[in-house]
Amino acid sequence: MSRIDRVMTSLKEQGRKALIPYITAGDPSPDQTVELMHTLVGAGADIIELGVPFSDPMADGPVIQLACERALAHGTSLRQVIGMVREFRSKNADTPVVLMGYLNPMEAMGCEAFAEAAAEAGVDGVLTVDLPPEEADDVAPLFTARNLDAIFLLAPTTTDERIRAIAGHSSGYVYYVSFKGVTGAARINVEEVAQKVDHIHHLTALPVAVGFGIRDAETAAAVGRVSDGVIVGSVLVNTIADNQADPARLKTALHELLQPMREALDNLSG
Amino acid sequence: MSTRLTEEMLKTLPDARGHFGAFGGRFVSETLMDSLMILEREYLRLREDPEFQAAFDYDLKHYVGRPSPLYLAERLTRETGGAQIWLKREDLNHTGAHKVNNTIGQALLATFLGKKRVIAETGAGQHGVATATVCARLGLECHVYMGAEDVKRQSLNVYRMKLLGAEVHPVESGTRTLKDAMNEAMRDWVSNVDDTFYIIGTVAGPHPYPLLVRDFQAVIGREARAQSLEQAGKLPDALVACVGGGSNAIGLFYPFLTDESVKMYGVEAGGLGVETGKHAAPLTAGRPGVLHGNRTYLMEDENGQISGTHSISAGLDYPGVGPEHSWLKDIGRVSYVSVTDEEALHAFRYLTCVEGIMPALESAHAVAYAMKLAKEMDKDQMIVVNLSGRGDKDIHTIAQLDGIEA
Repeated sequence: MSRIDRVMTSLKEQGRKALIPYITAGDPSPDQTVELMHTLVGAGADIIELGVPFSDPMADGPVIQLACERALAHGTSLRQVIGMVREFRSKNADTPVVLMGYLNPMEAMGCEAFAEAAAEAGVDGVLTVDLPPEEADDVAPLFTARNLDAIFLLAPTTTDERIRAIAGHSSGYVYYVSFKGVTGAARINVEEVAQKVDHIHHLTALPVAVGFGIRDAETAAAVGRVSDGVIVGSVLVNTIADNQADPARLKTALHELLQPMREALDNLSG
Repeated sequence: MSTRLTEEMLKTLPDARGHFGAFGGRFVSETLMDSLMILEREYLRLREDPEFQAAFDYDLKHYVGRPSPLYLAERLTRETGGAQIWLKREDLNHTGAHKVNNTIGQALLATFLGKKRVIAETGAGQHGVATATVCARLGLECHVYMGAEDVKRQSLNVYRMKLLGAEVHPVESGTRTLKDAMNEAMRDWVSNVDDTFYIIGTVAGPHPYPLLVRDFQAVIGREARAQSLEQAGKLPDALVACVGGGSNAIGLFYPFLTDESVKMYGVEAGGLGVETGKHAAPLTAGRPGVLHGNRTYLMEDENGQISGTHSISAGLDYPGVGPEHSWLKDIGRVSYVSVTDEEALHAFRYLTCVEGIMPALESAHAVAYAMKLAKEMDKDQMIVVNLSGRGDKDIHTIAQLDGIEA
């Protein structure tokens, strides 16, 4: 059982929902990332999605694009990101870390070298935004062999046939993209999400985490009510941008943003 | 070592998942997969539909003005010395470049699919103008994404698009050029996927785009092949075309791929010189990677971040290239070479002076290489150069270099 499975199973037994914050590694600077990961855990994160910066983040909105640019201005590389996870693991053995990014940096490093280094450093899952299962034949066995969960996206446009196929390639959880759009847009329709997630639950036994459009305790609770977990990204990254000049204030601000979401999610089970 | 190609082999490419050998494919986020699969299914159906093909052919003839002439550049040939240089005059098409062949085809697809809103990315602005043009004619809402840097370099084309009723969105992210415009167009598409058709301007992007854009542009090569046989009584010995994304080149090359005697040269933008790193020549100096939905040769750093490019020609200023070119390079069927800014500028001026034809700076790269090549060939040999666009849009750039306010 992977670390992600353990966390998801334990949450389910407790009737709780997963809180999955996303930050971009190297933003605002590489030396702050590990600290910020611990801050996220302190504020109630169950799993961390750590973004690997890419020069051309096609599926992301302006907020995460700018985070990538800040991280790349410091030369943040995939190898360095893996090093950050290793450092995080030296103090935290329990919180799963999922690397989320685009395929090209992984291919540039070499997929096998990447899988090996990531697993060794304590990475638990990999979500490659521009790698649909159809193109993952070569990569997937490298992950499986090292107990790395392959996490794939499902979208409002994904047909039932594809949901089944994608779930068949996934482990850990599936990431449901709540609306047709890029990260950071505010278009979430909770009723539609509820219907679709319910439908996905009929097609796969995997936990369904929902991302895109979750920005506060209210939206987190609304989406948490109908899913197994919520992924919070752009609003955190925005907070990082706003407080980049003041590292102490940044940690407080992240905590103050995430903690109410934790409470709101936990109140659902209360 | 060159692989001998047959019609049967070509029919299998791309394969069902959009692969040309190791290249191509469909590397996009999940939201777009369904639309791409629908587009693929509908295109494969319409490709065999006589009504669709008749509508396409009609528009190419009566709206674009095809066939474009194959013109023997006698004075250029004489002054250069060596093989005959023939120009395939895509610059004489409506809107002044080969781009319109593709936008006519894709806009027809959009109307067959019932989409009312069209988006496009553009570098030099030629594809943006060609898209805005067909949208004006068909009454489609048109949004064009263009790097802020290119908006500055190509202000005349920006104005043309606006006159044609398109909304031009300057893109401020990344390097503010064509690749960033393509990112932004993809973002728009993800957000408006139900009612929007994305008209990609080159043979890159996720499957089926490299296939359908190649099919629409292949009219160039089909005409050139027939015209060569009719006007010169033989097939050309060599074909030369510039390669940015590579749509004019694949359009010329594709119908000749099984003609073993025909050598082919794709000319990339060497910028300040490939050795300086300031260029846009992924096939010459890049390596395979994944960007904009396909696996292909790319310009990237050791960490897999896409590199900034440089070319005097905005239309070639792109770090990737169509996947079919990557395949043709690896099997050795096409030779990919590069020409510097300076050589292209010289060719621009030279062709203007000796033939009274002002080429686009993109096409001037092909002319420059053809002039080098001709000198190494015999007088009874024949080169066909794709003169993919006219140079009016570049006059501002040239004038600036001459210190003239144009």
